[in-house]
Amino acid sequence: MATTLAKAAEAVETAARLEHVSKSFAGPGGQQLVLDDISLDVAPGEFVTLLGASGCGKSTLLNLVAGLDRPTAGSITTDGRPALMFQEHALFPWLTAGKNIELALRLRGVPKNDRKDKAERLLELVRLKGAYGKRVHELSGGMRQRVALARALAQESNLLLMDEPFAALDAITRDVLHDELTRIWGETGVSVLFVTHNVREAVRLAQRVVLLSSRPGRVAREWTVDIPQPRRIEDAPVAELSLEITEVLRGEIRRHGQH
Amino acid sequence: MASTETTTASGAEPADARTSDTAASDTATNGARTTGTRPADAELPGIEAGLDALETEQSGRPSLRQTLVGKVLPPVTAIVVVLVVWQGLITFKIVDDPTKLPSPSDVAQAFHTDWLKGDLLGYIWTSVSRGLLGFFFALLIGTPLGLLVARVRFVRAAIGPILSGLQSLPSVAWVPPAVIWLGLNNSMMYAVILLGAVPSIANGLVSGVDQVPPLFLRAGRTMGATGLRGTWHVTLPAALPGYVAGMKQGWAFAWRSLMAAEIIASFPDLGVGLGQLLENARTASDMAMVFEAILLILFVGIAIDLLIFSPLERWVLRSRGLLVKS
Repeated sequence: MATTLAKAAEAVETAARLEHVSKSFAGPGGQQLVLDDISLDVAPGEFVTLLGASGCGKSTLLNLVAGLDRPTAGSITTDGRPALMFQEHALFPWLTAGKNIELALRLRGVPKNDRKDKAERLLELVRLKGAYGKRVHELSGGMRQRVALARALAQESNLLLMDEPFAALDAITRDVLHDELTRIWGETGVSVLFVTHNVREAVRLAQRVVLLSSRPGRVAREWTVDIPQPRRIEDAPVAELSLEITEVLRGEIRRHGQH
Repeated sequence: MASTETTTASGAEPADARTSDTAASDTATNGARTTGTRPADAELPGIEAGLDALETEQSGRPSLRQTLVGKVLPPVTAIVVVLVVWQGLITFKIVDDPTKLPSPSDVAQAFHTDWLKGDLLGYIWTSVSRGLLGFFFALLIGTPLGLLVARVRFVRAAIGPILSGLQSLPSVAWVPPAVIWLGLNNSMMYAVILLGAVPSIANGLVSGVDQVPPLFLRAGRTMGATGLRGTWHVTLPAALPGYVAGMKQGWAFAWRSLMAAEIIASFPDLGVGLGQLLENARTASDMAMVFEAILLILFVGIAIDLLIFSPLERWVLRSRGLLVKS
């Protein structure tokens, strides 16, 4: 994996580069500015969390990076098509877990004979070795998100976008998946742009936390997280930094109540 | 917004032991990853396996006995009740006119005679082969038509309402024009079947496509399933439940249209199907044979549905976890 990382670093300096990105939608009172002049770089292999309260346009931003929507102004450069993971697993219920992964491989042009092998290896990576033939409805919420992660990894994209992927899970499962994501990130060398409204989750996972202000979304502040992995969500340094970020976040939210 | 996690004072190692080495490293900036193993990491696969086991739902198929009691017994009871009432009407002379109501044994005799003559399977085969072949053509036409209506806005605005309206037009209305256009032959039968079944199949597919969750389409697009590949790998399989429901209804309409066509357009050269059998029985005033024909039409319609379409529908729904067992 180290060699692929180096290659990616040679090819482009960043996994994603956002330059002065703005996005507005036609709203009831004319054009509504959702994202305002956002500039952000994700380095190859970096783990960045985008943090913000409701209405900060986190998901809009992720859609723009994923290429599902176009920015009104500014430019977004990514190294190939990024993989995207949603809050809902978005697995196809007419396919088994393994076939869901194989579909991603097939759409990427992986030859037929290699697909099953690769899918099984990806399932092993998310520790779901026996789940190849399982239907989506036979899996638990946590297992579904792990299959969804394996499917996203099957795209072998240099950038993995995650849109609050663990928000719908119970606390214990989420905790386990944080550990898994950290491990898999370490093993694959993929860059991650992870959107969440959960401050502790952001600090638990990221090398860098980017706080977005709300309405319109702007980059309010950035923190570099120097706590070594593996971390736990209840670790004191995680809690400390979370507290600091929460204070700033509250300040941002308070501004909206003042007029 | 406050953090939503609740911290529990767990028995982890002292926190300051780890904070001390954070000062030295600048992990975040150079992208290096610390890969220390802590007890928690060794436990992780175990915890995960436990969670998976706890939260996975067990699903199995019902036993043979459950199937017999739950699925077979009720309809058999209903049939027996009908036969008893029917026989009662004859025995107690409530209806005392064999030209109006033949006895069950007379009807059984009619079946038996046709069976011995070797005609019974011939009647059934004439109609079933027509019906299934016509339905097959209806699928070939209805599927692309449905896709076109579902995906092309102009086509939907142009013929969408007509297509839904056609479903409520009794297909027997197509028999007179079909006879005039095509004459008394098999192609006229197929034309009537097509006009009956195509709208149902196309409409089923349209509503199936309309109900595809947008999330699936977005997920497909991020994986590169756009255009025709998106239609083939995402839209069509996602629309399958609606499509199969449309096929089921399409078969019912095809069968009804065919019977109407056979009754109205009976002509010796066409061969005797179930509709002609009914019409022949009427002209001969043979009430037992009329009953025979009606029962055959009913049974064949039900049998095709039970043998082909219901299993297909159940398979589609069960594989998606949509079949709720109470």
